[in-house]
Amino acid sequence: MVAEVSVQDIPFAIGGRTFQSRLIVGTGKYRDNATMVAAHAASGADIVTVAVRRVDLDRTKEDGILYHVDPARYFLLANTAGCYTAEDAIRYARLAREAGFNEFIKLEVIGDQQTLLPDVAELLSATAVLVKEGFQVLAYTNEDLVTALRLEDAGCAAVMPLASPIGSGLGLLNPYAVRTIKHRLSVPIIVDAGVGTASDACLTMEQGVDGILMNTAIAEAADAVGMATAMRYAVSAGRLAFLSGRMPRREVAVPSSPVTGMLA
Amino acid sequence: MTTGPIQFTLNGEPRELPDGLTLLQLLEHFALDPRAVVVERNREIVRRPALAETPLKAGDTIELVHFVGGG
Repeated sequence: MVAEVSVQDIPFAIGGRTFQSRLIVGTGKYRDNATMVAAHAASGADIVTVAVRRVDLDRTKEDGILYHVDPARYFLLANTAGCYTAEDAIRYARLAREAGFNEFIKLEVIGDQQTLLPDVAELLSATAVLVKEGFQVLAYTNEDLVTALRLEDAGCAAVMPLASPIGSGLGLLNPYAVRTIKHRLSVPIIVDAGVGTASDACLTMEQGVDGILMNTAIAEAADAVGMATAMRYAVSAGRLAFLSGRMPRREVAVPSSPVTGMLA
Repeated sequence: MTTGPIQFTLNGEPRELPDGLTLLQLLEHFALDPRAVVVERNREIVRRPALAETPLKAGDTIELVHFVGGG
């Protein structure tokens, strides 16, 4: 895809594991499972997220995601989506770990139903418990630096500030805040939620963050496989642009062509 | 000695099954693969090796969960 790049990247490592792709994709909201499977392959992602829910005992279909996501090919990152208290999130995290794949958890503790913004107090308290229990916690949070610092102090394996609210597709609303979090923290920063299209992903990666997690932008695209491909390129392009060092912004024009040698 | 069915709560719904089943047999009753399901009994996770030795008791609250699509 990206051939003969001279810029050297560092490995994308979270909680002691290294991944090739900096794009993490979800498994929700696809129109059908075949589309999801094709989109996952097109995205080039190594990590896919899953949710923990009750088994449908009156099954009319095989609704378990493991019928459609091969755990030998993808690293499964379980989430605590839908949890509104630390207690609930801890319960879901323990159930997810018991499924037997890994000790990673994408920790979400929601504080508001309309915006799905995180409850940072509950998030911090759940983080403390889960870290003590040996989880690798990837904490979904807002783009607030101080919260991000507290999450790092609490032992998170990665901090995941939002670009904009979950499922909104509004793109990166506060590049400065995300960049600041990246500058100040040592753990990986993975922007989670809000990316709407490829330019959003590219702009996000240009801030220097380590990766992006997205679901709706791909799942709800008219052509999910096409968008997954676009996101793959966008994440690579944004990363490469960041590593390559952009030119300075100037308030004045500077000609690109020689100003000498003009015809008399 | 035969006893009547026992009542318990499964994934939030009242259910009845014959007495004397283990949690593994509960999964088999619903044709669930124990490798793909996590069992919680009265808010405590029952690990897979223990399913065959853990009886389903009257009044139990059982949750059967698995991974579904999510972001």
